[in-house]
Amino acid sequence: MADLFSNLALGFGVAFTPTNLMLCLIGALVGTLVGVLPGIGTIATVAMLLPITFGLPPVGALIMLAGIYYGAQYGGSTTSILVNIPGEAGSVVTALDGFQMAKQGRAGPALAIAAIGSFFAGCVATVLIAVLGAPLTKLALAFGPAEYFSLMVLGLIFAVVLAKGSVLKAIAMIVFGLLLSMVGSDIETGASRMAFNIPELADGLGFATVAMGLFGFAEIIRNLDAGSESDRELVQQKVTGLMPTAKDLKDSAPAILRGTALGSILGILPGGGAVIASFAAYTLEKKISRHPERFGRGAIEGVAAPESANNAAAQTSFIPLLTLGIPPNAVMALMVGAMTIHGIVPGPQVMQKQPELVWGMIASMWIGNLMLLIINLPLVGIWVRLLRVPYRLMFPCIVIFCAIGIYSVNNAPTDVVLAGVFGLVGYWLIKHDFEPAPLLLGMVLGPLMEENLRRALLISRGDWSVFLTRPLSAVLIGIAAFLLILAVLPTLRKKRDEVFVESEN
Amino acid sequence: MNWYGRSLVSGCLAALAGLASLTAQAQAQSYPTRSITMIVPFAAGGPTDVIARIVTGHMAQTLGQTIIIENVVGAGGTTATTRASRAANDGYTLITGHMGTHAASVPLYPNLAYHPEKSFEPVGLLAGTPILILARKDFPPKDLKEFVAYVKANETKVNAAHAGVGSVSNVSCELLNSVLGVKPVGVPFNGTGPAMNALVAGQVDYMCDQIVNAVPQVNGGTIKAYAVATPERNPSLPNVPTTAEAGLPAFQAQAWNAIFAPKGTPPEVVAKLNEAIVKALDDEAVRKRLLDLGSVIPAGADRTPAALGKLVNSEIAKWTPVLKAVN
Repeated sequence: MADLFSNLALGFGVAFTPTNLMLCLIGALVGTLVGVLPGIGTIATVAMLLPITFGLPPVGALIMLAGIYYGAQYGGSTTSILVNIPGEAGSVVTALDGFQMAKQGRAGPALAIAAIGSFFAGCVATVLIAVLGAPLTKLALAFGPAEYFSLMVLGLIFAVVLAKGSVLKAIAMIVFGLLLSMVGSDIETGASRMAFNIPELADGLGFATVAMGLFGFAEIIRNLDAGSESDRELVQQKVTGLMPTAKDLKDSAPAILRGTALGSILGILPGGGAVIASFAAYTLEKKISRHPERFGRGAIEGVAAPESANNAAAQTSFIPLLTLGIPPNAVMALMVGAMTIHGIVPGPQVMQKQPELVWGMIASMWIGNLMLLIINLPLVGIWVRLLRVPYRLMFPCIVIFCAIGIYSVNNAPTDVVLAGVFGLVGYWLIKHDFEPAPLLLGMVLGPLMEENLRRALLISRGDWSVFLTRPLSAVLIGIAAFLLILAVLPTLRKKRDEVFVESEN
Repeated sequence: MNWYGRSLVSGCLAALAGLASLTAQAQAQSYPTRSITMIVPFAAGGPTDVIARIVTGHMAQTLGQTIIIENVVGAGGTTATTRASRAANDGYTLITGHMGTHAASVPLYPNLAYHPEKSFEPVGLLAGTPILILARKDFPPKDLKEFVAYVKANETKVNAAHAGVGSVSNVSCELLNSVLGVKPVGVPFNGTGPAMNALVAGQVDYMCDQIVNAVPQVNGGTIKAYAVATPERNPSLPNVPTTAEAGLPAFQAQAWNAIFAPKGTPPEVVAKLNEAIVKALDDEAVRKRLLDLGSVIPAGADRTPAALGKLVNSEIAKWTPVLKAVN
């Protein structure tokens, strides 16, 4: 314990220098901006800003890059709530209830609870990294391909719960998402699949491209439909309080706690942690709620839980980097690059060899979260005022921002055209009561599921029993099977209908 | 119009005529007159990017112009290399290619839109990154001899991890397997990080990877290194023997990085760039940073454009049969 305090003291000593505070603030601000602007992702931004940090001392560079990473998780919820466009993959589920809240004139409380939940989760995750970082590393190492595959199976079964309409349609959307995720190169042979010799498809469909199309463009087309305009104006008149009421806070508190806990655990797993965390948290809330029918219709827990979860996960995902020196995702790999440029190659001894770097970064995360809360709460008023802008002026701006964002990911005009196509597909889906959220989750989980299935079977030489003989994997498969039986068993059907389906119209 | 204006006009005309008549050689002599774009076909922070930044940082001082690094990623670096092959051959667009983009790509990508030899002028070799033979820390063999015997005896049981089809770890492991005459199962991961994670966690048995990624893990005792596939031991891992010392001299592999210019770039420009590279490689600060990464810095005769041309030619010849046999 004494060690911990001396370490934290060292960390705050490093983080509290004027330069590092400034860099932390810049990182948090840029991150918020990245999160807010649809299409412009964290990876692209960190890659673009990396060369600038080469002139900075390594600690400062990492503090700024980390700020961008978790700052984006804060900002990502903004467009989800205001205009139903998830700025980041982790904010897809936030759009489900957040946008409904905005439609009911409660955009202010939704944005505020997202910021508050994120701050709480950020604080808890910072302490967790400091106290339990080293032991939690074992979890990251315990997760092999078989465990991953089982987790993804569980995830897909969870994804069904996201739907508020027909279960069959939700399953259809998940499968469609899985299919879309297979476009690109085969991981084992490198052979091109469903790319139709279009070079831009060789690396697969981008998440931003599909999300902007299905959510953003489709929503705009729907809004421009005759009759919807009056609906929009109604929204603008209804805007009530900016801050959550005491009842909102009371409803959200347990959701924030559960979201933080789930996010902290799932974040440690390398790859995709934040995305899985956000919808697992949402699913959990819907499952244990006494009024699941409120979800998808503006339940504040549906915003609080996933936003806390994705922020907690964004932070605990630093654990493998800080304790093992292994970057668990693409953004962290870029951060390792930043260290390499400075002649520091992080490894298992990075905590002993570079304590001021590791602890400085951990301390800066807490400071950064506080800064983000201070930045984001006053912004709520400005964002909500944006909703009063007449829609005929707002939608061209959204279209332009989306188009720029999509183009900037790969500098590929094809991506913008594809997003347009997905906009039309999305419009058709909305008109026929198919929901895009399960599709996006299928698309995000698809590659992880396929790759880990193939890795697991390569290692086991085609022996499928590996998913049941490895204890962690068996537990996950067991939970998945249990949920499936629960959904299929006729005697429980009525109960399930209450959970999954409340109306078919 | 006064005489001043008239003389200005005529002066301009003369200047224009002069410009038009300037030969490419004269332009080459004054090269560089503006900033140079260096395309790096991989993400910022990767091994190739780091080496390119260290060397071009010094080259910019010698040339008196800034060198802007542009990271263009995709399709194993071939997207960026295709773009560089189509750039103006005036010496203002260059590319830092490596073993993958300028050798292994030939057998790996049958529809490659460029050819490493026909579309580029070799400028100069920057640095090599030696390949290590690595294994999980509880893998039974104690040294390389035992490793060779073990892998041959358990060909159907062992797994080799790699960072994705066409990656350095993938192609160098294929070379090792062909030297050993084995075909173990290759387990693909998305990049070196996840592959290293699996090796540290003991989910896979062995891997070939660039020294820069592996040194901290080897020193930390989370994985073990059997040998380094270069003629000499590496100062960053002095206790790891060379493949020749450990009894497998046939396995030699380095992920080399080098600067190329589009075909037809004037030889004077190439010479000037090569001079700047040589000067950078002789600079103490540059040498130290490269050596810290575990890089091998080319010596005298290996630094000329001609030597790089020869290297590319021999590397294509080396990788083509190995990778053709796999695909």
